[in-house]
Amino acid sequence: MAEPIIQFQGVSKSFGDKSVYADLNLGIERGETLTIIGGSGVGKSVCLKMLIGLMRPDSGNIRAFGESVADLDEKGLLHLRSRIAMLFQGAALFDSMSVEENIKYPLIEHNWGTPGEMDKRVEAVLEMVDMPGIQKLKPAELSGGMKKRVGLARSIAIEPEVILYDEPTTGLDPVNVRRINGLILSLQERLGVTSVVVTHDMDTVFTITDRLALVYKQGIAFVGTPDEARAHDLRYLTEFIKGGRGTLSEDL
Amino acid sequence: MASGVAQLFTAVGEIVYLTRGSIRELFKAPFEWRLVTTQINLGGFDSWSITVLAAGFTGMVLSLQFAIGLEPFGASMYTGKLVSLGIVRELGPVLTALLVGGRVGSGYTAEIGSMNVTEQVDAIRALGADPVRKLVMPRVLAMTIALPLLTILADVIGCLGGLCITVLEVGVTMTFVFDQMVHTLGIVDLLHGISKGVIFGYLIGIIGCWNGLKTFGGTEGVGIATTRTVVYISVAILVSDFALTRIFLAIYG
Repeated sequence: MAEPIIQFQGVSKSFGDKSVYADLNLGIERGETLTIIGGSGVGKSVCLKMLIGLMRPDSGNIRAFGESVADLDEKGLLHLRSRIAMLFQGAALFDSMSVEENIKYPLIEHNWGTPGEMDKRVEAVLEMVDMPGIQKLKPAELSGGMKKRVGLARSIAIEPEVILYDEPTTGLDPVNVRRINGLILSLQERLGVTSVVVTHDMDTVFTITDRLALVYKQGIAFVGTPDEARAHDLRYLTEFIKGGRGTLSEDL
Repeated sequence: MASGVAQLFTAVGEIVYLTRGSIRELFKAPFEWRLVTTQINLGGFDSWSITVLAAGFTGMVLSLQFAIGLEPFGASMYTGKLVSLGIVRELGPVLTALLVGGRVGSGYTAEIGSMNVTEQVDAIRALGADPVRKLVMPRVLAMTIALPLLTILADVIGCLGGLCITVLEVGVTMTFVFDQMVHTLGIVDLLHGISKGVIFGYLIGIIGCWNGLKTFGGTEGVGIATTRTVVYISVAILVSDFALTRIFLAIYG
């Protein structure tokens, strides 16, 4: 296997006196789809946010494309965010802007091209998420699943190498869950991107995952393929896979 | 008590830091014209009616009180003088700031706070932009420009209201009151009021944005933050008004 493009090395992070990570170590390889699972409130999203510099770890190091994220200046962070895009849990579309303006936002910030080229790009990415021709709509006019897809279109507009998905299917109906899973897979195939997916939806995990990582007790308790996970005898993981979440006791 | 003082210092520190960031963005090319003019339009221009209403009635009620209050001393002909000074130095800037602060400052907190709890502020950063540049600087600048202009409007309308009531109550001519006001008011009085407008405008913008960016805890958090903003802005205006008046009086007498 090649050198991981993203590495968490001994990362710790706490909010007030609540420790989220004590010693987080994880490597993500180019082109793979890694899912991060774990119970609610264990800080799965926090690790995505630390990765693109929205939050700083208290100690430890995060390396992306060979550079330490903590050492990046403003320009470095801007460049990093052109290579790593994030789809937020609620899609985080800007309410005051139309779909088109939302998708153009990163294009403008990264000086992507001429206005004509941007128009074409908006058209192309909306096509990719199966929602052509909705440029003029406002986010308030879209359903939850549509928002997620527009959010995804906005994330892939600048052609990132890595896409971070924060709970991409949470709160969606089964049809939309399947549609989003399908999109994650097809983007993977068509664009060759690396995907990191935070989720607690086991269907999503087994549909799209190359490897999965379990966040447990302020660190990563298990990393491996779904088959390895099934064979593994960590009780917490087994219960998670069987879908027993929410009933787990913390002292396993 | 000790924790309250610590909180106050933390707040002041955060506001100073946010101000520094906004000033830095102010001088970074390309200047965000469209965002600033939009905010001037929304926060400033759209506040004209509330300003006119408040200033007009304040001028009227002031002259009513002065006309009656000065009568026992045979001085009710000086009503116009007192009203114009009171409006231009104090009530014009302060009342305008309190009303516009409540209207616009709380709006800033509600909008930015909602964006914060729905991760839109994070999204701005993740998409390669800066929330201080996109959200804070345009709003603070817009209010700093708009509030002194609204103060001038309030001065004019307040004096006009005072003039009408003085004419009706005291029985002097319109020209008399007008001349009296013009002779009373110096450039120093106008500057006194307008500079207050500049500072109050800045306070409204920065406190509204700062509280918005600090918002957490879903829609309930937005409600709490918005209420808090109105209180903070009102207190900041009232307290700084006293300090500013002291300073201006020390300089110009």
